[in-house]
Amino acid sequence: MEGLTLSDAEQKYYSDLFSYCDIESTKKVVVNGRVLELFRAAQLPNDVVLQIMELCGATRLGYFGRSQFYIALKLVAVAQSGFPLRVESINTVKDLPLPRFVASKNEQESRHATSYSSDSENQGSYSGVIPPPPGRGQVKKGPGSHDAVQPRPAADQQEPASPVVSPQQSPPTSPHTWRKHNRHPSGGNSERPLAGPGPFWSPFGDTQSGSSAGDAVWSGQSPPPPQENWVSFADTPPTSTLLTMHPASVQDQTTVRTVASATTANEIRRQSSSYDDPWKITDEQRQYYVNQFKTIQPDLNGFIPGSAAKEFFTKSKLPILELSHIWELSDFDKDGALTLDEFCAAFHLVVARKNGYDLPEKLPESLMPKLIDLEDSADVGDQPGEVGYSGSPAEAPPSKSPSMPSLNQTWPELNQSSEWETFSERSSSSQTLTQFDSNIAPADPDTAIVHPVPIRMTPSKIHMQEMELKRTSSDHTNPTSPLLVKTSDLSEENKINSSVKFPSGNTVADGYSSSDSFPSDPEQIGSNVTRQRSHSGTSPDNTAPPPPPPRPQPSHSRSSSLDMNRTFAVTTGQQQTGAVAHPPAVPPRPQPSQAPGPSVHRPVDADGLITHTSTSPQQIPEQPNFADFSQFEVFAASNVTEEQDGEAEKHPEVLPTEKASDPATSLRIAQADGKIEEKTAASVPANVSKGTTPLAPPPKPVRRRLKSEDELRPDVDEHTQKTGVLAAVLASQPSIPRSVGKDKKAIQASIRRNKETNTVLARLNSELQQQLKDVLEERISLEVQLEQLRPFSHL
Amino acid sequence: MAVCIAVIAKENYPLYIRSTPTENELKFHYMVHTSLDVVDEKISAMGKALVDQRELYLGLLYPTEDYKVYGYVTNSKVKFVMVVDSSNTALRDNEIRSMFRKLHNSYTDVMCNPFYNPGDRIQSRAFENMVTSMMIQVC
Repeated sequence: MEGLTLSDAEQKYYSDLFSYCDIESTKKVVVNGRVLELFRAAQLPNDVVLQIMELCGATRLGYFGRSQFYIALKLVAVAQSGFPLRVESINTVKDLPLPRFVASKNEQESRHATSYSSDSENQGSYSGVIPPPPGRGQVKKGPGSHDAVQPRPAADQQEPASPVVSPQQSPPTSPHTWRKHNRHPSGGNSERPLAGPGPFWSPFGDTQSGSSAGDAVWSGQSPPPPQENWVSFADTPPTSTLLTMHPASVQDQTTVRTVASATTANEIRRQSSSYDDPWKITDEQRQYYVNQFKTIQPDLNGFIPGSAAKEFFTKSKLPILELSHIWELSDFDKDGALTLDEFCAAFHLVVARKNGYDLPEKLPESLMPKLIDLEDSADVGDQPGEVGYSGSPAEAPPSKSPSMPSLNQTWPELNQSSEWETFSERSSSSQTLTQFDSNIAPADPDTAIVHPVPIRMTPSKIHMQEMELKRTSSDHTNPTSPLLVKTSDLSEENKINSSVKFPSGNTVADGYSSSDSFPSDPEQIGSNVTRQRSHSGTSPDNTAPPPPPPRPQPSHSRSSSLDMNRTFAVTTGQQQTGAVAHPPAVPPRPQPSQAPGPSVHRPVDADGLITHTSTSPQQIPEQPNFADFSQFEVFAASNVTEEQDGEAEKHPEVLPTEKASDPATSLRIAQADGKIEEKTAASVPANVSKGTTPLAPPPKPVRRRLKSEDELRPDVDEHTQKTGVLAAVLASQPSIPRSVGKDKKAIQASIRRNKETNTVLARLNSELQQQLKDVLEERISLEVQLEQLRPFSHL
Repeated sequence: MAVCIAVIAKENYPLYIRSTPTENELKFHYMVHTSLDVVDEKISAMGKALVDQRELYLGLLYPTEDYKVYGYVTNSKVKFVMVVDSSNTALRDNEIRSMFRKLHNSYTDVMCNPFYNPGDRIQSRAFENMVTSMMIQVC
């Protein structure tokens, strides 16, 4: 018809009404019946209604198109305002309040109108009757509520006394709506008699449902309405129970009322915002929840134990299963108790459920308890395993919100940790929570990285030496040789230290040098070891396992008399191999002292050494320890001369000769067995002279005896020779290791010697065995002969 | 991976039982029932003195041709029984242990819910979701 100019509020309102009436969703035509109901609800005289209908052209058209509908609504408003109904009045009447429909609805709508006219923002929900505009979360269609509207007037009477009375309501949602309507006595506008005493404790978040419309209605009202809407837990029986449940609620009423009043405006905002996030808790809701929380647990930072919470929520009359699910969702940290945030989330979920919203499978983000804001955590003292929560999710706490989402993700892993409290003292953003591991671990490289180093006494020195050796010598044949390095000789060690190129530094060396007496300075050594080890940590040998404990020095058996390991190990870079040769248990012996000990043997050895060195192809090391050449200078000379004569020929007097004659096999042997050799020199030469095999002079008198006995036997010579060799070998062995200052050549020579000795001895052994057998056979034969002869004699 | 998961209360009545192939459910129920004997046997074998150190994971209770049955007991004598397909050779002991651990955690969460009365059937959605996740790989 005529052009219709509608204000924004009107436009919205009308469109909502239109949608409400458009139950067939035709978006074009409104059901007549519905419209008629609406008009009837406008409480206009029928003739006026008819007039309106006529004016808008519906009568003509027979249906209510959108434009007709809008016109009609406008006319209703005009009529309700008292203006004469005229076509012109549609546009002429300015500031027309929105048409009011239905007794209570009228009020709501009138309020709505006021709110709309006053609020420029679009609430999106007008009356409880009007379903929230499409697009909103769970949109509740009006029909139900509309129907509710009808019986409502009947119910209106009861209202104030019975708090939440909603006797007629079966559908869970409707009660809320109805209750709302109940709350609105037809005539009463601004007074929302909160009438009901206490019982409205149960908040009803009308955010989501059609009941949200009621909220919008409330918006223009005083506090009570939201409360009423929220009252969900009460039902008929309830009053008493409600009162019992919340004895304090009566007192709270006023407070709640005031709170509600303050929050109604927020509610509008909430509703608009809930458009996007149906689970968001509005401020007034939150405040309500907080108050409820306080009734159970005065300390806002404390917990509500599970049993109390159970009791509380059971009043909501929700099925236990749903309550259980709500609990699962809201008890974020699974501790069986509810903190303030958890409680609010749970409450909100209950309200939502009461309003007909299905419970989500997962806790919505907006309901998630925000993880502790470290700045606030100080307040959250007494929550042992609890995560401190920041402000309500609805309120965007200034510095917290940005960091919150990250906290949520880190929640699971941090859930178990109770270290948040420690971090609570730290300022900073929640990011530290995710990084608390790094915070906890102090960046102390010394404590973290360096492993404890045992401080050892003797062994440490060995270890150190071993380390040194490892570093300095790449061709250590025996890594354990350093262990054998007896640390006894400090002087040697000092020399070692000086000679050792310690890659990591001089500290160790300094330590060494500074520690003159090993036993007296174990700590230093230990520290050196530590340093050394730490150095070793940096060196390529880092992975080298700690050196094994020093090998117990075996007594010098023949095979190990030389202790080749030591000699080998110490060979490189160390001049004082003599020290190495000493068994560790032996206290450090000054070098010169070594000489006297084996000096007895030494001379011979020295002689032999000298002679052999000069004559033998073997490169016999100097063996200074064998030194005492003076005594055997003579011998040496004689040896030399006689050696020159011929190796096979040996002069009896000259031991060295024999030695000389036995260069290959018994060089050392001869040397070692100085005295004995001398003794047997006499006999030996004789035997030796016979035998071509160079043998050391048979030292043992036994052998001499044997020789005398077996002189006839050609093999005796061999025997003697062998025995001599054997004796020589045996004798030489002990003295050999005494040589000091062995270097590689000496070791090799001694090895060669020993090998030769071994072979000689083996041969000797076999030959002796053979001889023994022969002798035994002879004996037997002789005895047989004797036996044979004897009887004759007897006879 | 599991074909059937059951939670048995201390008094040996089921708190929760669920199997994937909905046919043959009865067979699984029987298997679980018979496995309870084995569980009791294992529990008693541990001895009184070892109650505290008793291993919660019981291991393979008994194998059948097609299925293997694993058991787990909590300290409150609540038993978890899991039936897995024998053809699923990739399933190692460690995995079974971890599955039981998850079960135990979920069960604890259910217990923490004040709205849950011990002895009731477990109807928690979270628990069911967790069980589903464990059983969903069967096929």
